Amino acid sequence: MQRLILRSKNQIALASGLLIAAAFLNRWTVGSPLVFEGALIAAALMGILPIAIQAYQAARLRLVTIDALVTIAVLGAFAIRNFEEAAIVTFLFLFGAYLEQRTLHKTRSAIKELLEMAPETALKLMEDGQFAEVDVEDVEVGDILLVKTGAKVPVDGTVTAGEGSVNEASITGESMPVPKEKGSQVYAGTILDNGTLQIAADRVGEDTTFAKIIELVEEAQDSKSAAERFIDRFARYYTPTVLAMGLLVGLLTRDVELAITILVLGCPGALVIGVPVSNVAGIGNGARHGVLFKGSEVIGDFSRVDTVVFDKTGTLTVGRPAVAETEFYGENTAEAPAYLASIERESDHPLAKAVLAEIGEIETYAVENTEVVKGAGVVATVNGHRVAVGNAALMARENVALDDKARAALASCEERGNSLVLTAVDGQLQILMGVRDQIRPGVKGVLERLKRLGVRSLVMLSGDNQGTVDAVSRELGLTEARGNMLPEDKAAYIRSLIAQGRTVAFVGDGVNDSPSLALAQIGIAMGGGTDVAVETSDVVLMNSDLGRLPHALGLAKATARNMKQNIFIAVGVVLVLLASVLFGEWMNMSIGMLVHEGSILVVILNGMRLLRFRLTTSRERS
Amino acid sequence: MKNATIQLESLTCPSCLQKIEAAVKAVQGVDVDSVQVLFNASKVKLNFDDAQVAIEDIESAIKRVGYEVQKSRVKPV
Repeated sequence: MQRLILRSKNQIALASGLLIAAAFLNRWTVGSPLVFEGALIAAALMGILPIAIQAYQAARLRLVTIDALVTIAVLGAFAIRNFEEAAIVTFLFLFGAYLEQRTLHKTRSAIKELLEMAPETALKLMEDGQFAEVDVEDVEVGDILLVKTGAKVPVDGTVTAGEGSVNEASITGESMPVPKEKGSQVYAGTILDNGTLQIAADRVGEDTTFAKIIELVEEAQDSKSAAERFIDRFARYYTPTVLAMGLLVGLLTRDVELAITILVLGCPGALVIGVPVSNVAGIGNGARHGVLFKGSEVIGDFSRVDTVVFDKTGTLTVGRPAVAETEFYGENTAEAPAYLASIERESDHPLAKAVLAEIGEIETYAVENTEVVKGAGVVATVNGHRVAVGNAALMARENVALDDKARAALASCEERGNSLVLTAVDGQLQILMGVRDQIRPGVKGVLERLKRLGVRSLVMLSGDNQGTVDAVSRELGLTEARGNMLPEDKAAYIRSLIAQGRTVAFVGDGVNDSPSLALAQIGIAMGGGTDVAVETSDVVLMNSDLGRLPHALGLAKATARNMKQNIFIAVGVVLVLLASVLFGEWMNMSIGMLVHEGSILVVILNGMRLLRFRLTTSRERS
Repeated sequence: MKNATIQLESLTCPSCLQKIEAAVKAVQGVDVDSVQVLFNASKVKLNFDDAQVAIEDIESAIKRVGYEVQKSRVKPV
């Protein structure tokens, strides 16, 4: 019975609303006082039922809740035969609860969408050699599964046969289809856009990348900041205090009307719900845009950040050297690249890979008498010519004459932080290549947007030599750049920044950066969600996309602002209400309840704005 | 000791949290310090001693204060 009443709360609200409407319609038309009072009493009695049941359930657990305040207030209104207020207050309370339910549902929708991407079934290869549909929970590591076009990948796995393209938006926030073939990794929750895949399950159930992301998001949205924990504790004692105050005022003044008005006005609502609502909307927005915040504390810290420290390789730069400039000398420019490629083909040096990528497909020759000169390069015989490939030191050793033009090019390349690959054929310099790690596309714009969002200093730390670091720094307009740094040097440097009173965010790609990620107030990991870095960091940029950093920062700022607004609204409303009951004439129970419910809706709607948050500048770009 | 995650109907009022928390903590065999009621996710996470209490008892304690339990997952700690 109790449960039935609680479950039909919304219908009760509707019925009591209709009764109240009927009562007032009667007063303005027929004017029968009996019908008027009767309808109101019926409305109030109906409405108070579910509220009183909830209050009773809480009281059994020795809790004084908002339901108790309302129940007592309504009973008081009955006692002084103010049926009008009793009916209106119960209706507003129930109707408010209904609206809260509806709007909260919307606020949580972003995360709900994420949850709904979880796969439920899989096509598993059975013993009879046929694929059969099974529940995803029955898939074990090592099972072979079939994924058809349009279906969700059920678990993390490796493709064993077939090919296709997969939309990995649920993991990376990036909806560009990613081609997959035999040997590729696929992730649970991603969608096969076209093709058919057979996969071997590597990680199932809660171990999949997707399940871990969900877990992180769920924990984050309910994690509490210090301020929130304070409000929680406060609310626990606040409600009994209001009850005591109401009783005290009633006893002292013998004014039941005033006493019950205080009970209604004192209902905590917006204060308790305001911050969690901002939090869930902000984190939900992030999750949809490939940014994972691990909790509301993180959002607060991140919104105050003034220094962003980057690890160079893999964040600002691609982490793969490429040929940045090429110059040819001498006449046989047709032959020299072929000789160079022939030699580099046999090397696994990173520079060699860059050179080969630059030259592309070319006819190669057999290489003989290869001599590796440590720290300088390679000398070998190719097609009957003596070919030397290496740095300036190797050229000097081979007595290769460098003309003024070559010397100038050499100097400028070094200044720009390039590594040099020189090629000489029979003692004549033929090709000069400058190789360097490439700056990621779009990084410059990202840094500018960060500055516009109020980040005062942008710092780069790198294990590379200072020349390379300075070159990248100049190109990107960084505040500071330091080279030759080991992981422990980076950590020490971050510690010194924090000691200067700065709020530091560290952006790194994980493996060797964990100490810095943990040390900085905000550790931001670049990762496809599989890295160890995800564990130690506070913010994760999915798909290793630095382009999401401005959105993350803007969102953190907007969310922190939103929380403050909500606290301000909640506290402001309580103060105004209290002041008006003490000093004003117009305040009564119904208006109090209206304002109270209204303020709850306002904070929820305010939080909801965060769902639509987008950085205006990022819209311009796309 | 077992660890349980209980999915509830979606929670919409802040006082629900207090009620559910108090109801669960009152069950004998539940590790009081481990009880966590997640408002937005509408979940309860807790550790309990399976020698003293069954998951069904914890579920019915929640139902008694008026909230639907959708499903529970229990795993060893």
